[in-house]
Amino acid sequence: MKSGGSISIWFFIGISLLVNGLLIFGSGIYELFHIPAHPVVLFNYHASIWWGAILALLGGGYCIYFTPGKGRG
Amino acid sequence: MTLALAFLNTPRLVHLSTVDMVIIVFYFVLVLAIGFYLKERANTGEDFFMAGREMTAWIAGLSFLSANLGSLELMGWAGASYQYGILATHWYWIGAIPAMLFLALVMMPFYYISKTHSVPGYLKLRFGESSRALSSVCFAFMTVLMSGINMYSMALVLKIILGWNINVSILVSSITVAIYVTLGGLRSAIFNEVLQFILIWAGALLIPILGLIEAGGWTGLKARIAVNASAEYTHMWSTMGHFKDNPMGIHWTGIVFGLAAVISTGYWTTDFLVVQRVLAAKDLRAAKMAPIIGATFKMFVPFIVILPGLLGLALLPMKLMPEAQAIATGGHSYNEVLPLMLARYCGPGLLGLGITALIAGFMSGMAGNVSAFTTVWTYDIYRALIKKDGTDKHYVNMGRLSTIGGVAISIVTAYGVIYFKSIMDYVQALFSFFIAPLFATVIIGMLWKRASPAGGFWGLLAGTGSSIGMWAWVKMDPTALRYVALSPYAKDMAENMYRALWSCLICAFVTVAVSLATTPKPEAELKGLVYGATDIPSETYVSTFHRPWFWAVVVGTIFVVLNIIFW
Repeated sequence: MKSGGSISIWFFIGISLLVNGLLIFGSGIYELFHIPAHPVVLFNYHASIWWGAILALLGGGYCIYFTPGKGRG
Repeated sequence: MTLALAFLNTPRLVHLSTVDMVIIVFYFVLVLAIGFYLKERANTGEDFFMAGREMTAWIAGLSFLSANLGSLELMGWAGASYQYGILATHWYWIGAIPAMLFLALVMMPFYYISKTHSVPGYLKLRFGESSRALSSVCFAFMTVLMSGINMYSMALVLKIILGWNINVSILVSSITVAIYVTLGGLRSAIFNEVLQFILIWAGALLIPILGLIEAGGWTGLKARIAVNASAEYTHMWSTMGHFKDNPMGIHWTGIVFGLAAVISTGYWTTDFLVVQRVLAAKDLRAAKMAPIIGATFKMFVPFIVILPGLLGLALLPMKLMPEAQAIATGGHSYNEVLPLMLARYCGPGLLGLGITALIAGFMSGMAGNVSAFTTVWTYDIYRALIKKDGTDKHYVNMGRLSTIGGVAISIVTAYGVIYFKSIMDYVQALFSFFIAPLFATVIIGMLWKRASPAGGFWGLLAGTGSSIGMWAWVKMDPTALRYVALSPYAKDMAENMYRALWSCLICAFVTVAVSLATTPKPEAELKGLVYGATDIPSETYVSTFHRPWFWAVVVGTIFVVLNIIFW
């Protein structure tokens, strides 16, 4: 849906998920090699890595699908 | 430097890392970027106040729900579920879903076909100027105060969780909201609400997932709650046979007739804050589908709000307590359960996203109030009562000015609450005074051709007046609770339910009585406004899967099944 101009709202959402996902994924990878002194509960599940990856993939998909000029949304 | 120092004070619940701060700052940058991007599309009144009436059902539906996901929703209901158990889910299921479906199928055609720009605007068309004046002045006043309370709540939460200075939080959030709503109008508010909705889910969804893993699934969770509190905390209906049998002190009649039939229906169908989002839909079918889409997601919001509260009850090593006790003893209050669970599972990055979700929730509530205030102030008060002959450009400029004015009043309210805490209780009570009778006025106006302009006005006035009267009666004489709420054991929430029910019935009675004694509008003037005088477009040209009725039945069935499962 492009009710605001040539850029779909879903494209903005894609950017948000992609950037946040990459930052969270990166943090998770860093923590994998630098285990914190006081890890969170269920640290062994490495939620940052898989949740960050899911958000980044979802966001990347949205960015590609709703790239301005493709006429989608 | 001063700004930086302001962040470094008071004890805090969690500590943010650099990556968390980057995520939060990125959120603010993106929100402002959307506002600047949409500035070019907010030049006419229709664009600025109604988002051009070109929103798809999905955008309108998510925005409809997101505008309601404010401070009370996220923190308050998570705390309520810790305190009252799964009973809090009633406010999401029976206290929302039937009302949303009713709005979609019964009321939306009249709002949409009448081409009104607001709920007070509908009252003007149906009952005349006096009804509009009464409802718009009350609504504008309440909305901007609620925005201030939202702002204060956010600043307080950020202070408790992060140790941030309250002044900085209020200024940063209010300036951000003022900029993006002033620039892009309702379209900007709606776009940001959809973004905020996605972020809320992205940031909060991990808590129930990891919490259920730790608790050993739903069965393990119930077993732990039975030990830590009581088995009744995981049942929605089976404990509601008597006021004393459940922690909320409420009877099922209060939930069904007070919450579901009056308060929730009134809120979801006549509170312009949420209805405005649906009025921006591109056509009638989208306007009918939007609340149904909103209802679908609303059914699952307890997963990220109620479930974390229950998980807190089962898993947190400390006992949470009421606000006053927490302040006195240095413990944690019920309202801190969500950030406590966030800190329990979320490391750097995830924590930043979770905090962003909270901030997004607060800001969407604040922006929703401000954009609704702007429309009602400009169209229903300024244009109707102060300057009737302005140009479209003049009203758009007034809209931008009133956005800034609304934010300024909100800031004043936020500071008022800091110094006079009871303001919060009064404003929330005032809001409830108005919504229940308004629902009776609107629904009678939509469904009964005989309802007259005088009946609409006097009914609304009598309903609001009686609600205030009952509230004052119980304040002055607490024993009056046995009459207002039907039981001396009833607690605040139960009193609210019954007061709403009585004021709605009084409004309906007066509206009908006065209407029968006065002259109704000619039928020709009711076209597009009332059932029986309006041609509602047929949907026979669309397939079953595209019909709002079909999806309403699907959502309604899931709603019934969920209630049976958690009975």
